[in-house]
Amino acid sequence: MRYNEKELQALSRQPAEMAAELGMRGPKKGSVVKRRLVKLVVNFLFYFRTDEAEPVGALLLEHCRVTQEEPSGFSISFLEDPERKYHFECCSEEQCQEWMAALRRASYEFMRRSLIFYRNEIQKMTGKDPLEQFGISEEARFQLSGLKGLPSGAGGASAGSDRPPQLGMAITARDPLCAPRPCRVTVGKKHCHQTRFK
Amino acid sequence: MKLNERSLAFYATCDAPADNAGFLYKKGGRHAAYHRRWFVLRGNMLFYFEDAASREPVGVIILEGCTVELVEAAEEFAFAVRFAGARARTYVLAAESQAAMEGWVKALSRASFDYLRLVVRELERQLAAVRAGGGPAPPRRPRALPPKENGCAVWSSETPAAPSPRPGPEPPPLPPRRRASAPNGPLDSASFAQLHEWYGQEVRALRGQWLRSQAQP
Repeated sequence: MRYNEKELQALSRQPAEMAAELGMRGPKKGSVVKRRLVKLVVNFLFYFRTDEAEPVGALLLEHCRVTQEEPSGFSISFLEDPERKYHFECCSEEQCQEWMAALRRASYEFMRRSLIFYRNEIQKMTGKDPLEQFGISEEARFQLSGLKGLPSGAGGASAGSDRPPQLGMAITARDPLCAPRPCRVTVGKKHCHQTRFK
Repeated sequence: MKLNERSLAFYATCDAPADNAGFLYKKGGRHAAYHRRWFVLRGNMLFYFEDAASREPVGVIILEGCTVELVEAAEEFAFAVRFAGARARTYVLAAESQAAMEGWVKALSRASFDYLRLVVRELERQLAAVRAGGGPAPPRRPRALPPKENGCAVWSSETPAAPSPRPGPEPPPLPPRRRASAPNGPLDSASFAQLHEWYGQEVRALRGQWLRSQAQP
């Protein structure tokens, strides 16, 4: 797949949400732990050799799962292949928790769901749509319909039941943007669910 | 640079509705011809496919830090996605109608993660103010770029084309830090992230139970 590598490299030089030297082990069998400078910028996790300015690689953090790994590490895996894990070793439990929390928030999908949640809460409490001031209240990406796939147990995350009428109307009006989708990349036999993976 | 391309391809073709999708003409290079491609905008990633039925994207344009402008071009309804920096590539795209072009320019100029984070922080602040004060908080004018919370220099990307961009006299305050110590449980004053974690634990526990019950013959 082609991508604009220059821009990705420029992104890796931007101020980071989190940056630290961690032990990192790739997903391939038999890979060893290497010290890497790991840097979180928007929804990308960059990793550098400790003495180099250009990253060795980057991970786009969409639809990924962050899991704690004993003793004080965590792993990142992706929706299409949950067993294929990138392992990271922290120097303390505290650092590990900090990274895990930051990584879980570091996806566009998580941000989008947060926005929808806050919008809904503010609307419930004030009767006003807070997105109007930004001029983005009609955008399809911010409608409650974007929350399908959340488990019903997540009561706080505003899935469905209390839809205020204004948002409800916007949902049906926006279908033209749900254009015909290309066929999914078939990897293994798994169906690509939109699950709790962010 | 290595990139988790397989995950990217999966993200490009997953079930959720795209933020925008449609045919656009893409200029191959400075003196090259236009190719008609199927474009899918998802988050801050603009994927393009050979056609709407393709299984895998031909490529992706990572949009973080870009500006979107109208351009003078031989093609009608043309616009450009530009990046800062020496020798940075400019992507010239052309839509098939005025309405489509306007829709794309709008969608792309607000597609950055940074912009979304700005809006989320502002809403978080408003919600906290409403919960604390009891009345609706006066909306803040959309500002240019707030300083990063970790004290690093301000992000140097371009300002998105917001409808009333007015750099404020001072940056907005940091959103209040909430701890999960509300006596009545998380609902009272928790942030979305905390609620997500809280209910996530419950879901994980339930899932663990279910998996164990499945493991027994």
